[in-house]
Amino acid sequence: MISRVNYPIWSITSWLIALALMAPVAVMVFSGLTANSDTLTHLWQTVLPHYVVNTLLLALYVVVLVILFGVPTAAIVSLTNLKTRNVLRWALLLPLAMPAYVIAYLYTDLFDYAGPIQRQLRALFSWQSPNDYWFFDLRTLTGAAVMIALVLFPYVYMLVRTAFEHQDPQLIKAGKSLGLSDKQCFLRISLPLARPAIAVSASLVLMETLADFATVQYFAVNTLTTAVYDTWLEYGELSTANAIASLLMIMVLLSVAAEYRARAHQRHQLSASKEPLTMIILTPIQQIIGNIYCWLLVLAGFIFPFVLLLDMTIQYLDSTEFEQLIQAGMNSLKVSIYAATIASILALFLVLYRRLSGVKRSEVPLLLSGYGYAIPGTVLAMALLATFGPLDHWINDLAVWLNLSKPGLVLSGSLFAVIFALITRFSAIANGTITSGITKIPQSLDIAPESLGVGKLHTVLKVHLPLLKSSFIVAWLLVFVEAMKELPAVLVLRPFNFDTLSTQVYQMISDERLEQGAIGALFIVLFGLLPIIVLNKKEKIH
Amino acid sequence: MFKTLLTKFTLLTCAIIPLSFAYAADEVNVYSYRQANLVKPLFDVFTKQTGIKVNVVFAKNGMAERLAREGEHSPADILLTTDISRLVELQDKQLLQPVKSIVLETHVPAHLQSSDDTWFALTTRVRNIYSAKRLGNISINYEDLSDPKWQGRVCTRSGKHPYTVALVSSMIAEHGEVKTLEWLKGFKANLARKPQGNDRGQVQAIHQNLCDLSLGNSYYFGKILTNPEQKVWADEVNINFPNQGNRGAHINISGVAMAKYAPNRAHALALMEFLISEKAQQLYAETNMEYPVREGVPLSQLVASWGAFKADNLSLVTIAKHHKNAIKLIDQAKFDL
Repeated sequence: MISRVNYPIWSITSWLIALALMAPVAVMVFSGLTANSDTLTHLWQTVLPHYVVNTLLLALYVVVLVILFGVPTAAIVSLTNLKTRNVLRWALLLPLAMPAYVIAYLYTDLFDYAGPIQRQLRALFSWQSPNDYWFFDLRTLTGAAVMIALVLFPYVYMLVRTAFEHQDPQLIKAGKSLGLSDKQCFLRISLPLARPAIAVSASLVLMETLADFATVQYFAVNTLTTAVYDTWLEYGELSTANAIASLLMIMVLLSVAAEYRARAHQRHQLSASKEPLTMIILTPIQQIIGNIYCWLLVLAGFIFPFVLLLDMTIQYLDSTEFEQLIQAGMNSLKVSIYAATIASILALFLVLYRRLSGVKRSEVPLLLSGYGYAIPGTVLAMALLATFGPLDHWINDLAVWLNLSKPGLVLSGSLFAVIFALITRFSAIANGTITSGITKIPQSLDIAPESLGVGKLHTVLKVHLPLLKSSFIVAWLLVFVEAMKELPAVLVLRPFNFDTLSTQVYQMISDERLEQGAIGALFIVLFGLLPIIVLNKKEKIH
Repeated sequence: MFKTLLTKFTLLTCAIIPLSFAYAADEVNVYSYRQANLVKPLFDVFTKQTGIKVNVVFAKNGMAERLAREGEHSPADILLTTDISRLVELQDKQLLQPVKSIVLETHVPAHLQSSDDTWFALTTRVRNIYSAKRLGNISINYEDLSDPKWQGRVCTRSGKHPYTVALVSSMIAEHGEVKTLEWLKGFKANLARKPQGNDRGQVQAIHQNLCDLSLGNSYYFGKILTNPEQKVWADEVNINFPNQGNRGAHINISGVAMAKYAPNRAHALALMEFLISEKAQQLYAETNMEYPVREGVPLSQLVASWGAFKADNLSLVTIAKHHKNAIKLIDQAKFDL
């Protein structure tokens, strides 16, 4: 065993980063400790059990759906000779650009009782009232789960596809030589090898789902997030709300930890073998089924809502205030670029620390820094105010003591708070992406240069960073897209006269007139396409 | 020595934080619960008249917490909200300062301002019951919403929405908690669908024959009538002022208050007085279809066409007082589930 040199500065910085990102979460949990037990009891006796069940069901449905959507598509695109696979490779990523609250609005508008589809049906069959016929109701728990899954499954697709593509062809060959069929090879070799990727991506989706408020509220589905908002805004008890939010977060952590433990003893070594995978040859029928399955998802998750948005945009183009729109677009870009850059650099730092320090506890900062993802944006915003508010007071007191003019609320009242919130919220994505990138670098590369007398820092600069470049870019882009879409945290923390595309769109949606905000939503989607274009280009170069 | 070093450090820190904003003197800062498109036209007129720029943050939730955390360093001067309980919440948390102004005192009716001069109503709105035209002219009470004869024919937005909560509070004040809970349960049993959408959506639902009755604020009806695409919905719907034979229709307010640590007090006062001016009140009436509180300001033609009505004169403070119990009852009736 070659000794691992430790850079104390690296270690200390890692812990500091984790602590900073953890701080608002800790503030929230501590505040939750002073919850009003009367209110909790009342809630428990009335609506809370229902909310808990709804939350668990929503989480279950979404996770099952994203796996059903994400894993087969990943397998089809990476392991078979499907005709349109080269287009599908990137087309299946498109739904990622669509915010869940926008797709929810668009589909409800369409399928609602008052929507064009049911109207046409009624006209066609001369039905008079809802009692005359049955039509599915989108504003239900299942409806919400489908909406969320439609835009989040690309996470699973992306990570699992990478896992399939990087599996060692030798293993499949070995399987084949032992007499396994294509199907058996897939089920007994490829799928188990992709399990970490499925787990990581599904847990990202799980966290995002539990933190969602806009979609479930729009669908009138009451979950624990509803309870958090109600206790805070209607009962006026922020600490009780924090307690419920903490419970929610603990639920997520437990499920993630359970999964992590379940595969703790498995060792997966992904290979970056140059040898191409042998494709599974599909029969014509399989070709058709595969194409329909994949393209339906692309259609429902992206093309169709995109066309609806485009149509609305064109209809309302005359009433669009372009100056405001451009300003909001610039603001969105600004905060998203800051957030993406900082979150990716921090993730890189923490991931390398864990990999190279070799001590068990080095995993902790990485884990800690990702918790913010499971917290609803507004709750996180409240926690940030509670964290930075006092710091701002100290800064101002200090300035007064130094006879300087008061700087004002430099932390909690500025874009700093907005960007910090975005970083806290989306670090988990950057961490996950870069972690999955580093697992593709063979462990031997960590120590090989060292055994040749090359210093560790040098190894990192010359070996790891270049190899991690692509994961870094992916992480940056994913955080960028999420930050563009993020809403509640920005809404509460923003400075005066500061609108982003998402806050503009939200204001329209909450007034049920997305039509007039459609162009803003369209821009969010278009910016969201950037990462997909870049990802696609990069692959072509490879 | 230490102090100079620290000074330099602090100055440097401030210099490298390009993310914060500096505000010039001729400005006033507003935290608004009210939507941008509602109040922006008012601010534009104010700026034109006075040269004072209005900076705004619009957010539905969390502004009270933000204000509390910011404390004495808060840049906020003015708070604009809807719903009486929000104003009282700000008052209770001691985030407001009393404002002595003869203008406000004179033009805001006494029962629409706080006794300690911390908040002032700017407009009132009625919680109406909309009914399908096919029912003909009806006279209706809020109490009727739980009448089994409307089984499956009532629509409403979430029970937790402040407008609904305030109505439930007024029911508690009138009938007590036990009866109000019964009413809520009956109301719930009559719903055609789970509470969802906003007040506009309910009018649409009546238009689509999904239900016959719905709760809705008065100005929404005006907004629907002036929206070319939604006008057809309203053509099928009557607006009713409930409880005209007894205590009168429930009203709520939108209001204004000055933040406790307002840095631009003079400008803030100017804005508050502007908002009660005839010009601003007229804008509220015309563009937002609300009822202006200032006497003598004409209603919009449309709102006037709905006729005079009897308003419940229950004190706003009483409504705010029952807020929490109202929420509890709504949960107990499992109204939103």
